[in-house]
Amino acid sequence: MTNKTYNADLSRRHFFSKAAAAAGMAVAPGVFLRQVHARPAEQAATSEQRWGILIDTNKCAKGCDSCVTACMDENGWGRADASEDKSGPHQKAQWIRKVTIKDKQTGHVQSLPLMCQHCENPPCVDVCPTGASMKRADGIVLVDKHICIGCRYCMMACPYKARSFVHEDLEDQKVVAPRGKGTVESCTMCVHRVDKDGTPACVEACNADNHNAMYFGDLKDPNSEISRQLKDYGGEQLRADLGLNTGVRYQGL
Amino acid sequence: MSLRQLIQTTILAGLIALPFTVQAGDAPTPEIPKAKEKATEEYGCVAPTDYMRKNHMDELMHKRDKTLRKGIRTRKFSLAECINCHVTPDEDGQFASFGEDEHFCSSCHNYASVSVDCFSCHRDTPEQTDYQHTFNTGDNPHHGKIALEGNKLSVETLQVLTEGDQQ
Ligand code: SF4
Ligand code: SF4
Repeated sequence: MTNKTYNADLSRRHFFSKAAAAAGMAVAPGVFLRQVHARPAEQAATSEQRWGILIDTNKCAKGCDSCVTACMDENGWGRADASEDKSGPHQKAQWIRKVTIKDKQTGHVQSLPLMCQHCENPPCVDVCPTGASMKRADGIVLVDKHICIGCRYCMMACPYKARSFVHEDLEDQKVVAPRGKGTVESCTMCVHRVDKDGTPACVEACNADNHNAMYFGDLKDPNSEISRQLKDYGGEQLRADLGLNTGVRYQGL
Repeated sequence: MSLRQLIQTTILAGLIALPFTVQAGDAPTPEIPKAKEKATEEYGCVAPTDYMRKNHMDELMHKRDKTLRKGIRTRKFSLAECINCHVTPDEDGQFASFGEDEHFCSSCHNYASVSVDCFSCHRDTPEQTDYQHTFNTGDNPHHGKIALEGNKLSVETLQVLTEGDQQ
């Protein structure tokens, strides 16, 4: 699928979903597009959805870090946040990072973004002594910083090194991403966007740059782009042997 | 006078002197900055002022759990909306930070010596880049404008665009 048709398909989907919502029409005989609409603000997230991200490593460009910088801008860590200046690079927050992997046998080099995998059975939640590490009904794993005591057990338990600890006083945080000293944080799958029917910043940036290596969507909706991709082409979990059933999947590993 | 009596007398003298040393009016009454707009016509704020003075912390506490754990993102009692409306710029367009007497929350909290830790994580000033937009979208009947959110068209805009197409 070329970039162009993918984008065209997206806008068509938006059009049809609205049209279908208005008229309840069938796009083709027997094919109904599921009604896509924002969950009302006063309604809680439910387990009817499970949000996921699919990453096609073959489309992920080496040297590109659009997803990482988009996440920084959106959530105010890293580059956008100049205030963590006493922390070394290994101490600073990293919600998402680009990882390069090489197959020793073939020499094949791949580049992929790595972030919280939003595990269905998250070890970070298992070990948290306070209940601060938590999984929402729709599968998004978050830290409730109101009750996090900064013990960092979750950082040790996470097999993907997805979590960071904030060591310094911060100011001018983003409204959508409160973060502060003494608490642990990680990718939130841009939950503030998802709650308003939006797409995570990383996915949006990847598409905007025409790499189209990331799909975001509902894993429980068989008609979502992500589910169709997974059905047709498959998608692997990192460290599937751990049985965590991750919400982030990879193609072409 | 035994030691015990001495202590008792001292404490008694201290207690009697207390009302005279801390006199009403010693600390200046806080100047509380005016809110930017009226959230409701009825009482200005989202709830009557008396209620807000007494219960804002409980409402914020309920709201934080609902928002974070359940994803319920209504605007009433949302801390971000409190800040958007109540933290106002001075003549130079500068916002006071939490801790300074000019900041809406600190104006009272400094006076009452009640510390809060909301702002070790939460932003203490309106986000100038897009707070006007967020303020104008959503469920508040007083703000009916259609706004763009980031680069993404809002649901309302999409509806207008797509429904326009069908006619
Ligand atoms: S990837 Fe790590 S932080 Fe994310 S849910 Fe799994 S264990 Fe928790
Ligand atoms: S650092 Fe916070 S979230 Fe992590 S295990 Fe400790 S209390 Fe839980």
